[in-house]
Amino acid sequence: MSRANLALIVLIGLIATLPLFGGAYALRLGTMACMYAIFALSWNVVGGFAGYPSFATAAFFGFGAYASGVLLGAGLPLWLAVIVSGVAALIAAGALGAALLRLRGHYFAIASLSLVEVLRELVNNATDLTGGGMGLNIPLAAGSGIMADALFFFYAMWILMLATALTVMWVAGSKLGFGLACIRQNETAASMVGLNTTLYKSLAFALSACFVASAGGIYAAWVHYIDPSDVFDILYSVKPIVMTLIGGLGSPLGALCGALVYLGLEEVVWRNYIQIHTGVLGLLIVMLLLFLPHGLVSLRLARLFGKAKHV
Amino acid sequence: MSEILRLDRVSRHFSGLQALREVTLAVNKGEVLGLIGPNGAGKTTLVNTVCGVTPASAGTITFAGQDITRIKTYQAARLGLSRTFQIVQPFAEFTALDNVAAAALFSQGHENVKTAREEARAHLSFVGLEAQAAQPAANLTLAMRKRLELAKALAMKPKLLFLDEVNAGLNSAEVERATKLIHELAASGITIVMIEHLMKVVLNVCSRIVVLHNGRLIADGTPREVINNPAVVEAYLGQQYAQRSAAR
Ligand SMILES: Nc1ncnc2c1ncn2[C@@H]1O[C@H](COP(=O)(O)OP(=O)(O)O)[C@@H](O)[C@H]1O
Ligand SMILES: [Mg+2]
Repeated sequence: MSRANLALIVLIGLIATLPLFGGAYALRLGTMACMYAIFALSWNVVGGFAGYPSFATAAFFGFGAYASGVLLGAGLPLWLAVIVSGVAALIAAGALGAALLRLRGHYFAIASLSLVEVLRELVNNATDLTGGGMGLNIPLAAGSGIMADALFFFYAMWILMLATALTVMWVAGSKLGFGLACIRQNETAASMVGLNTTLYKSLAFALSACFVASAGGIYAAWVHYIDPSDVFDILYSVKPIVMTLIGGLGSPLGALCGALVYLGLEEVVWRNYIQIHTGVLGLLIVMLLLFLPHGLVSLRLARLFGKAKHV
Repeated sequence: MSEILRLDRVSRHFSGLQALREVTLAVNKGEVLGLIGPNGAGKTTLVNTVCGVTPASAGTITFAGQDITRIKTYQAARLGLSRTFQIVQPFAEFTALDNVAAAALFSQGHENVKTAREEARAHLSFVGLEAQAAQPAANLTLAMRKRLELAKALAMKPKLLFLDEVNAGLNSAEVERATKLIHELAASGITIVMIEHLMKVVLNVCSRIVVLHNGRLIADGTPREVINNPAVVEAYLGQQYAQRSAAR
Protein backbone atom coordinates (compact mmCIF):
# COMPACT_ATOMS: atom_id res chain seq x y z
CA MET A 1 0.00 0.00 0.00
CA SER A 2 1.30 3.44 -0.84
CA ARG A 3 2.18 5.84 1.94
CA ALA A 4 -0.67 8.20 1.10
CA ASN A 5 -3.18 5.37 1.29
CA LEU A 6 -1.75 4.22 4.59
CA ALA A 7 -2.06 7.75 5.94
CA LEU A 8 -5.66 7.83 4.71
CA ILE A 9 -6.53 4.63 6.57
CA VAL A 10 -4.77 5.79 9.76
CA LEU A 11 -6.64 9.09 9.65
CA ILE A 12 -9.95 7.27 9.23
CA GLY A 13 -9.00 5.04 12.16
CA LEU A 14 -8.29 8.10 14.29
CA ILE A 15 -11.66 9.60 13.46
CA ALA A 16 -13.29 6.43 14.81
CA THR A 17 -11.90 7.19 18.29
CA LEU A 18 -13.77 10.50 18.47
CA PRO A 19 -16.49 9.22 20.88
CA LEU A 20 -13.76 8.63 23.48
CA PHE A 21 -13.06 12.35 23.64
CA GLY A 22 -16.22 14.29 22.91
CA GLY A 23 -19.88 14.60 23.71
CA ALA A 24 -22.96 15.05 21.57
CA TYR A 25 -21.65 18.22 19.92
CA ALA A 26 -18.38 16.54 18.90
CA LEU A 27 -20.33 13.59 17.56
CA ARG A 28 -22.53 15.87 15.49
CA LEU A 29 -19.42 17.50 14.02
CA GLY A 30 -17.84 14.07 13.51
CA THR A 31 -20.90 12.85 11.63
CA MET A 32 -20.76 15.93 9.42
CA ALA A 33 -17.04 15.36 8.89
CA CYS A 34 -17.65 11.81 7.72
CA MET A 35 -20.43 13.01 5.43
CA TYR A 36 -18.25 15.74 3.91
CA ALA A 37 -15.45 13.23 3.47
CA ILE A 38 -17.83 10.95 1.56
CA PHE A 39 -18.75 13.89 -0.69
CA ALA A 40 -15.15 14.87 -1.36
CA LEU A 41 -13.87 11.32 -1.87
CA SER A 42 -16.74 10.62 -4.26
CA TRP A 43 -16.43 13.85 -6.22
CA ASN A 44 -12.73 13.19 -6.60
CA VAL A 45 -13.49 10.11 -8.73
CA VAL A 46 -15.23 12.04 -11.48
CA GLY A 47 -13.70 15.47 -10.91
CA GLY A 48 -10.18 14.50 -9.87
CA PHE A 49 -9.49 11.19 -11.62
CA ALA A 50 -11.47 11.75 -14.83
CA GLY A 51 -11.24 15.55 -14.90
CA TYR A 52 -14.96 16.19 -15.35
CA PRO A 53 -16.14 19.03 -13.05
CA SER A 54 -19.42 17.62 -11.77
CA PHE A 55 -21.94 19.73 -9.86
CA ALA A 56 -24.25 16.76 -9.37
CA THR A 57 -23.33 15.92 -5.76
CA ALA A 58 -26.43 17.67 -4.40
CA ALA A 59 -28.59 15.73 -6.87
CA PHE A 60 -27.21 12.40 -5.64
CA PHE A 61 -27.49 13.47 -2.02
CA GLY A 62 -31.08 14.62 -2.35
CA PHE A 63 -31.99 11.57 -4.36
CA GLY A 64 -30.57 9.29 -1.66
CA ALA A 65 -32.23 11.23 1.14
CA TYR A 66 -35.65 11.06 -0.50
CA ALA A 67 -35.32 7.47 -1.71
CA SER A 68 -34.34 6.34 1.79
CA GLY A 69 -36.94 8.60 3.40
CA VAL A 70 -39.72 7.03 1.35
CA LEU A 71 -38.39 3.50 1.92
CA LEU A 72 -38.08 4.08 5.66
CA GLY A 73 -41.63 5.38 5.66
CA ALA A 74 -42.66 2.13 3.99
CA GLY A 75 -41.12 0.25 6.89
CA LEU A 76 -37.76 -0.87 5.49
CA PRO A 77 -34.90 -1.11 7.97
CA LEU A 78 -32.33 1.69 7.71
CA TRP A 79 -29.44 -0.42 6.42
CA LEU A 80 -31.55 -1.83 3.61
CA ALA A 81 -32.96 1.58 2.64
CA VAL A 82 -29.45 3.01 2.52
CA ILE A 83 -28.11 0.18 0.37
CA VAL A 84 -31.08 0.28 -2.00
CA SER A 85 -30.65 4.07 -2.40
CA GLY A 86 -26.96 3.66 -3.14
CA VAL A 87 -27.50 0.94 -5.72
CA ALA A 88 -30.33 2.86 -7.37
CA ALA A 89 -28.10 5.95 -7.62
CA LEU A 90 -25.28 3.82 -9.02
CA ILE A 91 -27.47 2.50 -11.81
CA ALA A 92 -29.25 5.79 -12.57
CA ALA A 93 -26.03 7.82 -12.61
CA GLY A 94 -24.32 5.23 -14.78
CA ALA A 95 -27.10 5.46 -17.35
CA LEU A 96 -27.28 9.26 -17.17
CA GLY A 97 -23.51 9.56 -17.30
CA ALA A 98 -23.38 7.96 -20.73
CA ALA A 99 -25.43 10.90 -22.02
CA LEU A 100 -24.17 13.79 -19.84
CA LEU A 101 -20.49 12.99 -20.18
CA ARG A 102 -20.59 13.57 -23.92
CA LEU A 103 -20.39 17.21 -22.91
CA ARG A 104 -17.06 18.57 -21.83
CA GLY A 105 -15.80 21.36 -19.57
CA HIS A 106 -18.27 24.10 -18.75
CA TYR A 107 -21.06 22.42 -20.69
CA PHE A 108 -20.80 19.32 -18.56
CA ALA A 109 -20.61 21.41 -15.38
CA ILE A 110 -23.84 23.21 -16.26
CA ALA A 111 -25.63 20.03 -17.34
CA SER A 112 -24.71 18.33 -14.06
CA LEU A 113 -25.88 21.41 -12.18
CA SER A 114 -29.26 21.31 -13.90
CA LEU A 115 -29.63 17.71 -12.73
CA VAL A 116 -30.00 19.13 -9.22
CA GLU A 117 -32.74 21.51 -10.35
CA VAL A 118 -34.60 18.81 -12.27
CA LEU A 119 -34.63 16.42 -9.33
CA ARG A 120 -35.70 19.16 -6.93
CA GLU A 121 -38.63 20.05 -9.16
CA LEU A 122 -39.59 16.40 -9.49
CA VAL A 123 -39.58 15.98 -5.73
CA ASN A 124 -41.47 19.24 -5.27
CA ASN A 125 -44.21 18.05 -7.59
CA ALA A 126 -44.50 14.41 -6.55
CA THR A 127 -46.44 15.53 -3.51
CA ASP A 128 -48.08 12.16 -2.82
CA LEU A 129 -44.78 10.37 -2.48
CA THR A 130 -42.49 13.05 -1.08
CA GLY A 131 -44.73 15.59 0.60
CA GLY A 132 -43.55 18.17 -1.93
CA GLY A 133 -42.47 21.51 -0.51
CA MET A 134 -43.92 20.53 2.86
CA GLY A 135 -41.04 18.14 3.36
CA LEU A 136 -40.97 14.57 4.52
CA ASN A 137 -41.03 13.30 8.07
CA ILE A 138 -38.93 10.23 8.64
CA PRO A 139 -39.87 7.72 11.33
CA LEU A 140 -37.35 7.54 14.18
CA ALA A 141 -34.79 4.80 13.97
CA ALA A 142 -33.83 2.84 17.10
CA GLY A 143 -33.96 5.99 19.24
CA SER A 144 -32.98 5.10 22.82
CA GLY A 145 -31.69 8.46 23.96
CA ILE A 146 -29.80 11.41 22.52
CA MET A 147 -26.29 10.06 23.15
CA ALA A 148 -27.06 6.59 21.80
CA ASP A 149 -28.58 8.13 18.68
CA ALA A 150 -25.62 10.42 18.12
CA LEU A 151 -23.26 7.49 18.52
CA PHE A 152 -25.28 5.32 16.16
CA PHE A 153 -25.39 7.86 13.35
CA PHE A 154 -21.75 8.79 13.80
CA TYR A 155 -20.68 5.19 13.30
CA ALA A 156 -23.14 4.65 10.47
CA MET A 157 -21.64 7.59 8.60
CA TRP A 158 -18.11 6.50 9.55
CA ILE A 159 -18.62 3.00 8.14
CA LEU A 160 -19.93 4.50 4.92
CA MET A 161 -16.90 6.79 4.77
CA LEU A 162 -14.61 3.80 5.24
CA ALA A 163 -16.39 1.95 2.44
CA THR A 164 -16.06 5.01 0.20
CA ALA A 165 -12.35 5.39 0.98
CA LEU A 166 -11.63 1.70 0.35
CA THR A 167 -13.51 1.80 -2.95
CA VAL A 168 -11.79 4.98 -4.09
CA MET A 169 -8.37 3.61 -3.15
CA TRP A 170 -9.12 0.47 -5.08
CA VAL A 171 -10.25 2.49 -8.10
CA ALA A 172 -7.11 4.62 -8.00
CA GLY A 173 -4.88 1.57 -8.26
CA SER A 174 -6.99 -0.34 -10.77
CA LYS A 175 -7.30 -0.49 -14.54
CA LEU A 176 -10.34 1.77 -14.16
CA GLY A 177 -8.31 4.44 -12.36
CA PHE A 178 -5.55 4.20 -14.94
CA GLY A 179 -8.10 4.65 -17.72
CA LEU A 180 -9.70 7.65 -16.00
CA ALA A 181 -6.26 9.26 -15.74
CA CYS A 182 -5.83 8.70 -19.50
CA ILE A 183 -9.21 10.33 -20.16
CA ARG A 184 -8.29 13.32 -18.01
CA GLN A 185 -5.05 13.86 -19.90
CA ASN A 186 -6.18 13.27 -23.46
CA GLU A 187 -9.56 11.78 -24.26
CA THR A 188 -8.98 11.44 -28.01
CA ALA A 189 -5.72 9.60 -27.50
CA ALA A 190 -7.43 7.44 -24.86
CA SER A 191 -10.08 6.19 -27.26
CA MET A 192 -7.42 5.73 -29.92
CA VAL A 193 -5.59 3.16 -27.77
CA GLY A 194 -8.75 1.10 -27.36
CA LEU A 195 -10.24 2.61 -24.22
CA ASN A 196 -14.04 2.66 -24.14
CA THR A 197 -14.24 6.20 -22.81
CA THR A 198 -18.04 6.31 -22.55
CA LEU A 199 -18.07 3.22 -20.35
CA TYR A 200 -15.27 4.46 -18.13
CA LYS A 201 -16.76 7.90 -17.66
CA SER A 202 -20.14 6.36 -16.82
CA LEU A 203 -18.52 4.12 -14.23
CA ALA A 204 -16.78 7.12 -12.69
CA PHE A 205 -20.03 9.07 -12.54
CA ALA A 206 -21.85 6.08 -11.05
CA LEU A 207 -19.19 5.61 -8.38
CA SER A 208 -19.29 9.30 -7.55
CA ALA A 209 -23.06 8.95 -6.99
CA CYS A 210 -23.66 5.79 -4.99
CA PHE A 211 -21.93 6.62 -1.70
CA VAL A 212 -23.26 10.17 -1.72
CA ALA A 213 -26.80 8.82 -2.15
CA SER A 214 -26.28 6.39 0.72
CA ALA A 215 -25.00 9.26 2.84
CA GLY A 216 -28.20 11.09 1.97
CA GLY A 217 -30.14 8.12 3.35
CA ILE A 218 -28.27 8.13 6.65
CA TYR A 219 -28.63 11.91 6.83
CA ALA A 220 -32.40 11.71 6.34
CA ALA A 221 -32.76 9.20 9.16
CA TRP A 222 -30.44 11.27 11.33
CA VAL A 223 -32.32 14.56 11.01
CA HIS A 224 -35.82 12.96 10.88
CA TYR A 225 -37.11 15.60 8.48
CA ILE A 226 -36.04 16.62 4.99
CA ASP A 227 -37.35 19.12 2.48
CA PRO A 228 -36.29 19.79 -1.11
CA SER A 229 -34.49 23.07 -0.47
CA ASP A 230 -32.44 21.45 2.31
CA VAL A 231 -31.18 18.28 0.59
CA PHE A 232 -31.02 19.65 -2.97
CA ASP A 233 -28.95 22.62 -1.79
CA ILE A 234 -26.43 23.63 -4.47
CA LEU A 235 -23.90 24.15 -1.69
CA TYR A 236 -23.67 20.36 -1.38
CA SER A 237 -22.37 20.40 -4.95
CA VAL A 238 -19.92 23.23 -4.42
CA LYS A 239 -18.44 22.19 -1.09
CA PRO A 240 -16.84 18.91 -2.21
CA ILE A 241 -15.14 20.75 -5.07
CA VAL A 242 -13.71 23.29 -2.68
CA MET A 243 -12.67 20.56 -0.24
CA THR A 244 -10.89 18.60 -2.95
CA LEU A 245 -9.12 21.71 -4.21
CA ILE A 246 -8.02 22.55 -0.66
CA GLY A 247 -6.74 19.03 -0.12
CA GLY A 248 -5.26 18.36 -3.55
CA LEU A 249 -7.04 17.37 -6.75
CA GLY A 250 -6.89 13.67 -7.59
CA SER A 251 -5.63 12.51 -4.20
CA PRO A 252 -7.98 10.54 -1.90
CA LEU A 253 -5.89 11.55 1.12
CA GLY A 254 -6.18 15.16 -0.04
CA ALA A 255 -9.93 14.84 -0.38
CA LEU A 256 -10.28 13.61 3.20
CA CYS A 257 -7.92 16.27 4.62
CA GLY A 258 -9.71 18.92 2.58
CA ALA A 259 -13.06 17.83 3.99
CA LEU A 260 -11.77 18.02 7.57
CA VAL A 261 -10.10 21.38 7.08
CA TYR A 262 -13.15 22.77 5.34
CA LEU A 263 -15.48 21.64 8.12
CA GLY A 264 -13.11 23.12 10.70
CA LEU A 265 -13.05 26.46 8.90
CA GLU A 266 -16.81 26.46 8.45
CA GLU A 267 -17.37 25.79 12.15
CA VAL A 268 -14.81 28.27 13.51
CA VAL A 269 -15.85 31.02 11.15
CA TRP A 270 -19.54 30.40 11.79
CA ARG A 271 -19.06 30.70 15.55
CA ASN A 272 -16.93 33.83 15.44
CA TYR A 273 -18.45 35.79 12.57
CA ILE A 274 -22.05 34.70 12.61
CA GLN A 275 -23.22 37.77 10.68
CA ILE A 276 -20.70 37.62 7.89
CA HIS A 277 -19.55 34.01 8.04
CA THR A 278 -20.06 33.17 4.36
CA GLY A 279 -17.98 36.19 3.36
CA VAL A 280 -15.14 35.33 5.70
CA LEU A 281 -15.26 31.68 4.71
CA GLY A 282 -15.10 32.61 1.04
CA LEU A 283 -12.14 34.90 1.66
CA LEU A 284 -10.28 32.17 3.56
CA ILE A 285 -10.89 29.68 0.77
CA VAL A 286 -9.62 32.08 -1.87
CA MET A 287 -6.47 32.70 0.22
CA LEU A 288 -5.90 28.97 0.67
CA LEU A 289 -6.23 28.29 -3.02
CA LEU A 290 -4.01 31.22 -3.95
CA PHE A 291 -1.18 30.21 -1.65
CA LEU A 292 -1.58 26.44 -1.93
CA PRO A 293 -2.69 25.88 -5.51
CA HIS A 294 -1.93 22.16 -5.40
CA GLY A 295 -3.61 21.57 -2.08
CA LEU A 296 -2.54 20.36 1.32
CA VAL A 297 -0.97 17.17 -0.03
CA SER A 298 1.57 19.27 -1.91
CA LEU A 299 2.93 20.61 1.40
CA ARG A 300 4.67 17.37 2.29
CA LEU A 301 6.08 16.95 -1.22
CA ALA A 302 7.31 20.54 -1.29
CA ARG A 303 9.15 19.99 1.98
CA LEU A 304 10.73 16.79 0.68
CA PHE A 305 11.96 18.49 -2.47
CA GLY A 306 13.11 21.49 -0.45
CA LYS A 307 15.26 19.25 1.75
CA ALA A 308 16.68 17.32 -1.17
CA LYS A 309 17.88 20.57 -2.70
CA HIS A 310 19.82 21.61 0.40
CA VAL A 311 21.56 18.28 0.99
CA MET B 1 -1.99 -10.33 -52.70
CA SER B 2 -4.87 -10.22 -50.28
CA GLU B 3 -6.64 -7.06 -49.30
CA ILE B 4 -6.65 -5.91 -45.67
CA LEU B 5 -8.43 -2.55 -46.01
CA ARG B 6 -10.84 -1.30 -48.62
CA LEU B 7 -12.42 2.11 -48.97
CA ASP B 8 -15.32 2.19 -51.38
CA ARG B 9 -16.33 5.66 -52.57
CA VAL B 10 -15.74 7.17 -49.15
CA SER B 11 -16.65 10.82 -48.69
CA ARG B 12 -16.41 13.05 -45.67
CA HIS B 13 -17.40 16.66 -45.37
CA PHE B 14 -17.11 19.18 -42.56
CA SER B 15 -20.19 21.37 -42.96
CA GLY B 16 -19.46 22.96 -46.37
CA LEU B 17 -15.94 21.66 -46.79
CA GLN B 18 -15.50 18.45 -48.78
CA ALA B 19 -12.43 16.84 -47.19
CA LEU B 20 -12.75 13.44 -48.92
CA ARG B 21 -14.49 12.91 -52.26
CA GLU B 22 -15.47 9.38 -53.23
CA VAL B 23 -12.12 7.89 -52.36
CA THR B 24 -11.79 4.27 -53.50
CA LEU B 25 -8.66 2.58 -52.31
CA ALA B 26 -7.43 -0.91 -51.43
CA VAL B 27 -4.51 -1.63 -49.13
CA ASN B 28 -2.85 -5.02 -49.51
CA LYS B 29 -1.60 -7.13 -46.67
CA GLY B 30 2.09 -6.59 -45.96
CA GLU B 31 2.69 -3.58 -48.21
CA VAL B 32 4.04 -0.17 -47.30
CA LEU B 33 1.75 2.31 -48.96
CA GLY B 34 2.76 5.95 -49.28
CA LEU B 35 -0.05 8.50 -49.00
CA ILE B 36 1.07 11.88 -50.27
CA GLY B 37 -0.49 15.16 -51.26
CA PRO B 38 -0.39 18.86 -50.44
CA ASN B 39 -1.39 20.25 -47.05
CA GLY B 40 -5.14 20.18 -46.60
CA ALA B 41 -5.56 17.42 -49.20
CA GLY B 42 -7.43 15.23 -46.70
CA LYS B 43 -4.72 12.75 -45.72
CA THR B 44 -5.23 13.02 -41.97
CA THR B 45 -8.98 13.04 -42.51
CA LEU B 46 -8.66 9.74 -44.35
CA VAL B 47 -6.92 8.20 -41.34
CA ASN B 48 -9.49 9.69 -38.96
CA THR B 49 -12.31 8.34 -41.07
CA VAL B 50 -10.92 4.80 -41.12
CA CYS B 51 -10.28 4.91 -37.36
CA GLY B 52 -13.80 6.12 -36.56
CA VAL B 53 -12.77 9.57 -35.26
CA THR B 54 -14.64 11.41 -38.02
CA PRO B 55 -16.94 8.74 -39.54
CA ALA B 56 -17.54 8.72 -43.27
CA SER B 57 -20.45 10.81 -44.57
CA ALA B 58 -20.88 8.31 -47.43
CA GLY B 59 -19.30 5.12 -48.73
CA THR B 60 -18.15 1.96 -46.99
CA ILE B 61 -14.93 0.89 -45.32
CA THR B 62 -14.01 -2.78 -44.93
CA PHE B 63 -11.20 -4.02 -42.72
CA ALA B 64 -10.13 -7.67 -42.76
CA GLY B 65 -13.48 -8.61 -44.30
CA GLN B 66 -15.53 -6.69 -41.74
CA ASP B 67 -17.59 -3.57 -42.40
CA ILE B 68 -16.13 -0.89 -40.11
CA THR B 69 -17.76 2.20 -41.61
CA ARG B 70 -19.70 3.02 -38.43
CA ILE B 71 -17.24 1.63 -35.94
CA LYS B 72 -16.25 3.45 -32.72
CA THR B 73 -12.66 4.55 -32.30
CA TYR B 74 -11.91 2.21 -29.43
CA GLN B 75 -13.35 -0.74 -31.33
CA ALA B 76 -11.17 0.04 -34.35
CA ALA B 77 -8.17 0.07 -32.03
CA ARG B 78 -9.05 -3.36 -30.67
CA LEU B 79 -9.44 -4.77 -34.19
CA GLY B 80 -5.81 -3.98 -34.92
CA LEU B 81 -6.02 -0.54 -36.52
CA SER B 82 -3.54 1.81 -35.01
CA ARG B 83 -2.11 5.16 -35.88
CA THR B 84 0.34 7.81 -34.82
CA PHE B 85 -0.87 11.38 -34.57
CA GLN B 86 0.55 14.07 -36.84
CA ILE B 87 0.39 16.35 -33.82
CA VAL B 88 1.67 14.09 -31.05
CA GLN B 89 -0.91 13.23 -28.42
CA PRO B 90 0.86 11.82 -25.39
CA PHE B 91 -0.66 11.40 -21.94
CA ALA B 92 1.48 14.29 -20.77
CA GLU B 93 1.62 13.57 -17.02
CA PHE B 94 2.26 9.86 -17.48
CA THR B 95 5.77 8.50 -17.80
CA ALA B 96 6.85 7.23 -21.20
CA LEU B 97 6.39 3.71 -19.87
CA ASP B 98 2.82 4.32 -18.72
CA ASN B 99 1.96 5.91 -22.06
CA VAL B 100 2.86 2.68 -23.80
CA ALA B 101 1.35 0.58 -21.00
CA ALA B 102 -1.98 2.36 -21.57
CA ALA B 103 -1.92 1.29 -25.20
CA ALA B 104 -1.15 -2.32 -24.28
CA LEU B 105 -3.67 -2.33 -21.42
CA PHE B 106 -6.73 -1.13 -23.29
CA SER B 107 -6.18 -2.61 -26.73
CA GLN B 108 -5.02 -6.04 -25.62
CA GLY B 109 -7.48 -6.72 -22.81
CA HIS B 110 -4.85 -7.02 -20.09
CA GLU B 111 -6.41 -7.30 -16.66
CA ASN B 112 -3.95 -5.15 -14.75
CA VAL B 113 -1.53 -2.31 -15.23
CA LYS B 114 1.46 -4.36 -14.06
CA THR B 115 1.47 -6.89 -16.90
CA ALA B 116 0.82 -4.10 -19.39
CA ARG B 117 3.92 -2.26 -18.10
CA GLU B 118 6.06 -5.35 -18.56
CA GLU B 119 4.95 -5.61 -22.15
CA ALA B 120 5.39 -1.87 -22.67
CA ARG B 121 9.07 -2.04 -21.79
CA ALA B 122 9.87 -4.13 -24.85
CA HIS B 123 8.20 -1.64 -27.18
CA LEU B 124 9.98 1.28 -25.55
CA SER B 125 13.35 -0.31 -26.09
CA PHE B 126 12.45 -1.14 -29.69
CA VAL B 127 12.10 2.58 -30.39
CA GLY B 128 15.14 3.40 -28.26
CA LEU B 129 13.43 5.07 -25.34
CA GLU B 130 14.28 2.64 -22.53
CA ALA B 131 16.45 5.29 -20.85
CA GLN B 132 13.47 7.67 -20.78
CA ALA B 133 10.99 5.09 -19.44
CA ALA B 134 10.49 6.87 -16.13
CA GLN B 135 10.32 10.41 -17.52
CA PRO B 136 7.01 12.23 -17.89
CA ALA B 137 6.06 12.39 -21.57
CA ALA B 138 5.82 16.17 -21.30
CA ASN B 139 9.59 16.34 -20.73
CA LEU B 140 10.58 14.44 -23.88
CA THR B 141 11.95 16.15 -27.00
CA LEU B 142 9.77 16.23 -30.12
CA ALA B 143 11.78 13.43 -31.76
CA MET B 144 11.34 11.30 -28.64
CA ARG B 145 7.63 12.02 -28.48
CA LYS B 146 7.27 10.92 -32.07
CA ARG B 147 9.02 7.67 -31.22
CA LEU B 148 6.79 7.36 -28.16
CA GLU B 149 3.77 7.62 -30.47
CA LEU B 150 5.26 4.79 -32.49
CA ALA B 151 5.84 2.64 -29.39
CA LYS B 152 2.22 3.24 -28.34
CA ALA B 153 0.98 2.24 -31.76
CA LEU B 154 3.11 -0.91 -31.70
CA ALA B 155 1.92 -1.88 -28.23
CA MET B 156 -1.51 -2.24 -29.81
CA LYS B 157 -0.21 -5.13 -31.94
CA PRO B 158 -1.49 -3.49 -35.12
CA LYS B 159 -2.43 -5.35 -38.26
CA LEU B 160 -2.54 -2.04 -40.06
CA LEU B 161 -0.51 0.95 -38.95
CA PHE B 162 -1.02 4.52 -40.11
CA LEU B 163 2.01 6.77 -39.73
CA ASP B 164 0.93 10.40 -39.99
CA GLU B 165 3.98 12.53 -40.77
CA VAL B 166 6.23 10.84 -38.23
CA ASN B 167 9.21 12.70 -39.69
CA ALA B 168 7.80 16.22 -39.68
CA GLY B 169 9.93 18.49 -37.52
CA LEU B 170 12.81 16.04 -37.17
CA ASN B 171 16.41 16.70 -38.20
CA SER B 172 18.10 14.48 -40.76
CA ALA B 173 19.76 12.16 -38.24
CA GLU B 174 16.43 11.67 -36.51
CA VAL B 175 14.71 11.06 -39.82
CA GLU B 176 17.28 8.42 -40.67
CA ARG B 177 16.68 6.70 -37.37
CA ALA B 178 12.89 6.77 -37.81
CA THR B 179 13.20 5.45 -41.36
CA LYS B 180 15.24 2.52 -40.11
CA LEU B 181 12.53 1.72 -37.58
CA ILE B 182 9.88 1.79 -40.29
CA HIS B 183 11.94 -0.59 -42.41
CA GLU B 184 12.15 -2.98 -39.47
CA LEU B 185 8.39 -2.78 -38.89
CA ALA B 186 7.67 -3.46 -42.54
CA ALA B 187 10.03 -6.43 -42.43
CA SER B 188 8.14 -7.80 -39.44
CA GLY B 189 5.03 -8.02 -41.63
CA ILE B 190 2.90 -5.11 -40.40
CA THR B 191 0.94 -3.41 -43.17
CA ILE B 192 1.81 0.28 -43.16
CA VAL B 193 0.15 3.34 -44.63
CA MET B 194 2.56 6.20 -44.42
CA ILE B 195 1.73 9.87 -44.79
CA GLU B 196 4.95 11.68 -45.56
CA HIS B 197 6.19 14.88 -47.19
CA LEU B 198 9.84 13.87 -47.57
CA MET B 199 9.90 12.24 -51.01
CA LYS B 200 13.31 10.74 -50.22
CA VAL B 201 11.76 8.73 -47.40
CA VAL B 202 8.66 7.83 -49.40
CA LEU B 203 10.71 6.52 -52.31
CA ASN B 204 13.00 4.70 -49.90
CA VAL B 205 10.36 2.71 -48.01
CA CYS B 206 7.13 2.57 -50.02
CA SER B 207 6.27 -0.14 -52.51
CA ARG B 208 3.27 1.77 -53.79
CA ILE B 209 2.10 5.39 -53.64
CA VAL B 210 -1.32 7.03 -53.76
CA VAL B 211 -1.83 10.77 -54.16
CA LEU B 212 -4.63 12.79 -52.63
CA HIS B 213 -5.50 16.25 -53.88
CA ASN B 214 -8.49 18.31 -52.71
CA GLY B 215 -9.98 15.19 -51.18
CA ARG B 216 -9.77 13.22 -54.43
CA LEU B 217 -7.47 10.33 -55.22
CA ILE B 218 -5.57 11.45 -58.32
CA ALA B 219 -2.95 8.72 -58.69
CA ASP B 220 -2.24 5.19 -57.54
CA GLY B 221 0.77 3.17 -58.64
CA THR B 222 4.41 2.24 -58.23
CA PRO B 223 6.74 5.03 -57.07
CA ARG B 224 8.15 5.36 -60.59
CA GLU B 225 4.71 5.70 -62.20
CA VAL B 226 3.54 8.21 -59.64
CA ILE B 227 6.50 10.59 -59.75
CA ASN B 228 6.27 10.73 -63.52
CA ASN B 229 2.51 11.30 -63.52
CA PRO B 230 1.87 14.82 -64.92
CA ALA B 231 -1.18 15.37 -62.72
CA VAL B 232 0.88 14.60 -59.63
CA VAL B 233 3.72 16.84 -60.69
CA GLU B 234 1.22 19.60 -61.32
CA ALA B 235 -0.65 19.20 -58.02
CA TYR B 236 2.11 18.34 -55.63
CA LEU B 237 5.62 17.49 -56.70
CA GLY B 238 6.12 20.63 -58.74
CA GLN B 239 5.07 22.71 -55.80
CA GLN B 240 7.45 20.84 -53.51
CA TYR B 241 10.26 21.33 -56.02
CA ALA B 242 9.49 25.04 -56.26
CA GLN B 243 9.55 25.33 -52.46
CA ARG B 244 12.89 23.58 -52.26
CA SER B 245 14.51 25.75 -54.89
CA ALA B 246 13.10 28.86 -53.25
CA ALA B 247 14.68 27.80 -49.98
CA ARG B 248 18.10 27.48 -51.60
N1 LIG C 1 -12.35 18.01 -37.54
C1 LIG C 1 -12.38 18.88 -38.58
N2 LIG C 1 -13.33 19.86 -38.62
C2 LIG C 1 -13.36 20.72 -39.65
N3 LIG C 1 -12.55 20.70 -40.70
C3 LIG C 1 -11.59 19.76 -40.73
C4 LIG C 1 -11.45 18.80 -39.67
N4 LIG C 1 -10.41 17.97 -39.95
C5 LIG C 1 -9.93 18.41 -41.14
N5 LIG C 1 -10.62 19.47 -41.60
C6 LIG C 1 -10.38 20.16 -42.87
O1 LIG C 1 -10.30 19.19 -43.88
C7 LIG C 1 -9.29 19.51 -44.80
C8 LIG C 1 -8.30 18.38 -44.90
O2 LIG C 1 -7.52 18.37 -43.73
P1 LIG C 1 -6.46 17.25 -43.40
O3 LIG C 1 -7.06 15.92 -43.60
O4 LIG C 1 -5.90 17.55 -42.06
O5 LIG C 1 -5.33 17.52 -44.49
P2 LIG C 1 -3.87 16.92 -44.62
O6 LIG C 1 -3.66 15.96 -43.51
O7 LIG C 1 -3.84 16.27 -45.96
O8 LIG C 1 -2.95 18.09 -44.56
C9 LIG C 1 -8.65 20.80 -44.32
O9 LIG C 1 -9.22 21.87 -45.06
C10 LIG C 1 -9.04 20.88 -42.89
O10 LIG C 1 -9.17 22.21 -42.46
MG1 LIG D 1 -2.33 15.96 -41.98
